[in-house]
Amino acid sequence: MTIKSVLAASTAMMLAAPAMAEPTAEVLHWWTSGGEAKSVAVLQEQFAAEGGTWTDMPVAGGGGDAAMTALRARVLSGNAPTAVQLKGPAIQEWYEETGLADIGAVAEENGWADVLPAQIAEHMKCEGQWCAAPVNVHRVNWIWGNKQILDEHGIAMPTTWDEFNAAADKLQAAGVTPLAHGGQNWQDATIFETVVLGLGGPEFYQQALVDLDPEALTSDTMKQVFDEMRTIRGYVDPNFSGRDWNLATAMVMNGEAAFQIMGDWAKGEFLAAGKQPGVDFVCAPTPGEGFLYNVDSFAFFELEGEEKQQGQALLAKLIMGPEFQKTFNLNKGSIPARTDVALDEFDDCAKQSNQDMNADAQDGSLLPSYAHGMALRGAPAGAITDVVTAHFNSDMSSEDAVQQLADAVANAM
Amino acid sequence: MEWLERNVPKVVLAPSFVAILVFVYGFIAWTAWISFTKSRLMPRYEFDGIGQYERLFAAPRWDVAMNNLFIFGGLFIVISMVIGLALAIFLDQKIRAEGVLRTIYLYPMALSLIVTGTAWKWILNPGLGIQQAVRGWGFENFTFDWLIRPEMAIYTIVLAAVWQASGFVMALFLAGLRSVDTEIIRAAQVDGIPTHRIYSAIVIPTMAPIFLSAFIVLAHLAIKAFDLVIALTGGGPGYATDLPATYMYAMAFSRGDLGQAASSAMIMMGVIFAIVVPYLYSELRPRRDQ
Repeated sequence: MTIKSVLAASTAMMLAAPAMAEPTAEVLHWWTSGGEAKSVAVLQEQFAAEGGTWTDMPVAGGGGDAAMTALRARVLSGNAPTAVQLKGPAIQEWYEETGLADIGAVAEENGWADVLPAQIAEHMKCEGQWCAAPVNVHRVNWIWGNKQILDEHGIAMPTTWDEFNAAADKLQAAGVTPLAHGGQNWQDATIFETVVLGLGGPEFYQQALVDLDPEALTSDTMKQVFDEMRTIRGYVDPNFSGRDWNLATAMVMNGEAAFQIMGDWAKGEFLAAGKQPGVDFVCAPTPGEGFLYNVDSFAFFELEGEEKQQGQALLAKLIMGPEFQKTFNLNKGSIPARTDVALDEFDDCAKQSNQDMNADAQDGSLLPSYAHGMALRGAPAGAITDVVTAHFNSDMSSEDAVQQLADAVANAM
Repeated sequence: MEWLERNVPKVVLAPSFVAILVFVYGFIAWTAWISFTKSRLMPRYEFDGIGQYERLFAAPRWDVAMNNLFIFGGLFIVISMVIGLALAIFLDQKIRAEGVLRTIYLYPMALSLIVTGTAWKWILNPGLGIQQAVRGWGFENFTFDWLIRPEMAIYTIVLAAVWQASGFVMALFLAGLRSVDTEIIRAAQVDGIPTHRIYSAIVIPTMAPIFLSAFIVLAHLAIKAFDLVIALTGGGPGYATDLPATYMYAMAFSRGDLGQAASSAMIMMGVIFAIVVPYLYSELRPRRDQ
């Protein structure tokens, strides 16, 4: 072996070395509760199996508020984490503030565009380039019912809001609390958006809560929505103030209330308590047509360093991998964002969710949830929630409410 | 060596002076600057005039927060002082087991406001607490549901805060009462002056500085009140019990609206200055009678 060949070999080694560098990822997320933590552990294992080093950075609290505060501190100090749990327009907002890494290469290689519904894919792009990877799709507009109570009073799952009101009146007359609800801002907002979708239809929802068209916000339809909110206020029990959503779910489970309007994370509570869909509880889309989605995703910041960039690429690939999408969503109660994952192991509610998502993606009624930060940025979304919750918890008239709604939205822009 | 002797106090104080300069006054200046920019998710530093303040005063939620501050602050300070003074006067009557009673009244102060808030949340919950209990005793029509009525909910916060702070005010006043010259009181008693006159004409006027201290302590507790609201009502029903501090938190940490948060923080600081500056002025000016 000549010196030359040794040199050549060692140069080759050195050149190859960066490509052999271990991918590393520091992942900021707020999935800390039982089922969620289990789901993250799956990703962590897969990442390690591919030779990566995972640094976990879970920040619990405030539905992600604490994690966002941590993120801001990290970014301000010029030390952004590799991957961050971000969702909805916040991805684009961060992109405008600091820039996000382009993961287009991974996306194209794995054909993301073919397996994601177009509306959801759009959320993952910043100025046309892929900058985030979706994990799951939660459907927000679900109504859950206690099967035993409903059968006892001969009530079918309502398909219009009038039917819902009639059913609720009947239950109330029989001494049953019709609706389990927790008096927290976001829960009020969750009911509100399902009513907007139900009474106004997908097109109106798009105009009012996505495009923030002032005409739609002050329209008669919006007044009817607030009228319905006032009616619904009459269907909750007197102790609803400040109640957490899972306690409201427990009321439906234990037969203390008939219905709950909540996203499909409520299903996780039913399943964890050993209840069977269709036997103990029933799920149905809230009255009206359309599908409101809440998609969790990971975004990647622009970072120096080969091993970090490799970590990002590997993570993006794994997150969108069919295997992870299946395992994660079985744990979390949502459905895979990929449309080509087999759903055999999922329950009937998830299957229906998937079916509706695919159907609604075709006719444009697959819409982002405003209450869960998918449709609007923080300030306008918060301004709408303020009006909704103030109306729900007082005797404000619907006329005043729509006026305040338009003013608040204008003030938040 | 001589230089060192002369300058040791300055050298020792310098680090904390610098730390306070940067971390208190520096960040106040930073917040003031942010309040004049269009900062949203992240701070931006281009000057943008008073737009954030216009938005702030156009927001109905901020109106509610400021009104609540005055309702809560006013009632909390007055009621705590009245109850504290009354307790102190009663304890001052050379009663038996004073030490035990004093500790009992002072104990709420040892609790964190989060604990106080959570406990009162259960006590005031119509389905769990007082209302349910009294109905259980047979008074079916008894209602005490302030916690879920938007126009009354702020008074539940007053109630819990007074419960927490009045024992502390009592301790302050008790110390004040004990420092009054007993000779004067004895002289008054010899002259046959009734007890209530002794208190209203001699004891309480000599305690004026204690009143001022109690007022300042309570006033700043009221303005920075945050944890009690979060634990007791979460700002609800709706945003009926929002205070400026909770408003600021919501804007900064939940909504990604740093400009709004900064401008509301500046207004809060203005309110505190309006109270503290006259106090400092009266404390720091040279006394003419000395």
